[in-house]
Amino acid sequence: MKLLVRPEASAAAGALLIWLLFAAIAGPPFRSLEGAAAALNAAAPLGILAVAVALLMIAGEFDLSVGSIIGAAGMSVMLLTRHFDWSLWPAIALTVLLCAAIGFGNGYLVVRTGLPSFIVTLGSLFVFRGLTIAVSRQLTQRTQLGGLDEVAGYRAAQTLLGGDLVGPFQVSILWWIGLAALATWVLLRTRFGNWIFATGGAPEAARKLGVPVARVKIVLFILTALAACLVAVIQAVRFAGADALRGEQQEFRAIIAVVIGGTLLTGGYGSAVGAVLGALIFGTVQQGIVITGVDADWFQVFLGSLLVAAVLVNNFVRSRVAGTR
Amino acid sequence: MSGAVKASLSRRLRSGIRALPILTALVTMVACGSESGPSAGKAGAGDAGRSAVRIVMVTHGQTSDPFWSVVANGVADAGRELGVRVEYQAPSSFDMVRMSQLIDAAVASRPSALAVSIPDPSATARSIKAAIAAGIPALSLNAGDEAWERLGLLGHIGQTEYEAGRAAGERLAVHGAKRVLCVNHEVGNTSLDTRCRGLRDGLAKRGAAMLVLGINLADPEDATQRIKNALGRDAAVDGMLTLGPGGAAPALTALRESGHLGRIAIGTFDLTPEVLAAVRDGRLLFAIDQQPYLQGYLAVVLLTKYLETKAIPGGGQLIRTGPSFVTRETAADVIALAKRGIR
Repeated sequence: MKLLVRPEASAAAGALLIWLLFAAIAGPPFRSLEGAAAALNAAAPLGILAVAVALLMIAGEFDLSVGSIIGAAGMSVMLLTRHFDWSLWPAIALTVLLCAAIGFGNGYLVVRTGLPSFIVTLGSLFVFRGLTIAVSRQLTQRTQLGGLDEVAGYRAAQTLLGGDLVGPFQVSILWWIGLAALATWVLLRTRFGNWIFATGGAPEAARKLGVPVARVKIVLFILTALAACLVAVIQAVRFAGADALRGEQQEFRAIIAVVIGGTLLTGGYGSAVGAVLGALIFGTVQQGIVITGVDADWFQVFLGSLLVAAVLVNNFVRSRVAGTR
Repeated sequence: MSGAVKASLSRRLRSGIRALPILTALVTMVACGSESGPSAGKAGAGDAGRSAVRIVMVTHGQTSDPFWSVVANGVADAGRELGVRVEYQAPSSFDMVRMSQLIDAAVASRPSALAVSIPDPSATARSIKAAIAAGIPALSLNAGDEAWERLGLLGHIGQTEYEAGRAAGERLAVHGAKRVLCVNHEVGNTSLDTRCRGLRDGLAKRGAAMLVLGINLADPEDATQRIKNALGRDAAVDGMLTLGPGGAAPALTALRESGHLGRIAIGTFDLTPEVLAAVRDGRLLFAIDQQPYLQGYLAVVLLTKYLETKAIPGGGQLIRTGPSFVTRETAADVIALAKRGIR
């Protein structure tokens, strides 16, 4: 009973069942190391994003700008290195600062104006996508830049961010697991974690009890922006380049992964482990479909169905939780 | 209506039918939580008895680009005629991250052979090399005429992009164009950059100049506006080359709406019934044909034959399907074929 009320319980069961399903249909190729790697490698960037987005959603807010931050951060790295001839690490450092500033801006606007974060970050989604395209076109006449592998510092970045860990498994998987573990620890073992739950669950009560609700939200917006930044840098290094459209729709995918993982849209309830499982389901289905030999076109059909099904399960779980307490 | 359309429909239907058991099982499983057991495991086992050869093609073709339907029709026809199983995969937008993931999944599925397009060698090289390391015979088609050999592929089927661009430049220059826009609908596709480079050099022979204009295929209205704005900004532009039918349609609209039609010489890469009608009526000067149907068809044929005989034309080389030019004189004949999705 205790197990069932964990937010990620249904997602864990779902992940297992979906794996078994594809293992049965797609057969040995899906169960092979390459098959596992294909799914995990696709899940890792989304998982990094989803873990941060989960924390923010538990605190009761959305961040729709993460997709365009991926595009902006990727192009920032490419422009600094290829257009302004910086070496890679300073370029990454400045890009990280830039992302943190965007996250702060999102959070500050939400907290100060009291507007729904859905609207504020929907705005910044377009602002930063547009800025990315406009600035890169202005500076270079292009919206795609390559050749990052010729930049000083690439080798180290390759090992740390964009390379392979063992065999076909990418190092980004390690970042994903590491960040998820950290987020879980923060949520369950620290005061800040309690603040996150309180901020999303009962903001007024939390404020009265002295929880710095505004500060918590701003920090979480910065975290989602930084997660997007990490994904952007990993992909820029891995593919030795970036384009201005990269990360399109990742904001929705991250929310879908988080919701499949059992986090409630209304805030106050959810987990980082759930987000990990949501991203895992995502990657498994996305790659499993191709391995099975079905057109990738069908993926979106699965995804939409999965989302609605997951919310149904979540609602059911929520009523159970309300019952047990 | 026509064989090719039917073939493409039945391909989609077949894969839809294969998708159905997974979909229903997924939905019921997630909805029921942990109660439903792994009994759905038997679904999708209906592929036994077919020929063991399975060829997977992964391209960068955007869903909204009619060009790639013709390639896919070639793939489907060859698969049916040879009795081999073929699968065609492509990301819905120009997305190199997703494309390399599709190649990874294809490699993991251990196909008999693999065909890929290589629009951005630095982004997909790693995934393609993994296929070769896994011992999967692979060749490239359409994009990649400058990368296939370096990556260790069996061969490449397509047109030489530089020569095609240069020939287009020479034609436009002969027609009197002095300042030509190269309208790029897939910025980041190095094959298209190569076409613009060829165009520049072809024009330069007669002292004419080239400018690149990037547009977005997903939004034709925006593409039309961009082309109009470019014409408004630079009154000296008197020629245009669009790098695909997706760019040709908004370019013609932009010319018509801004009153430039007939005053600007315009040609395009690749055919659609609409492009051919415009060539027939003289609104387009020419269309460069790289014969995409053959690219898809030959890829399946050559890989199937390679699996059986270990033979490949020329012992591994660039197999040209283009460029050839469709002009006012020849357009009418090709239109019927294009309508069937095989040209």
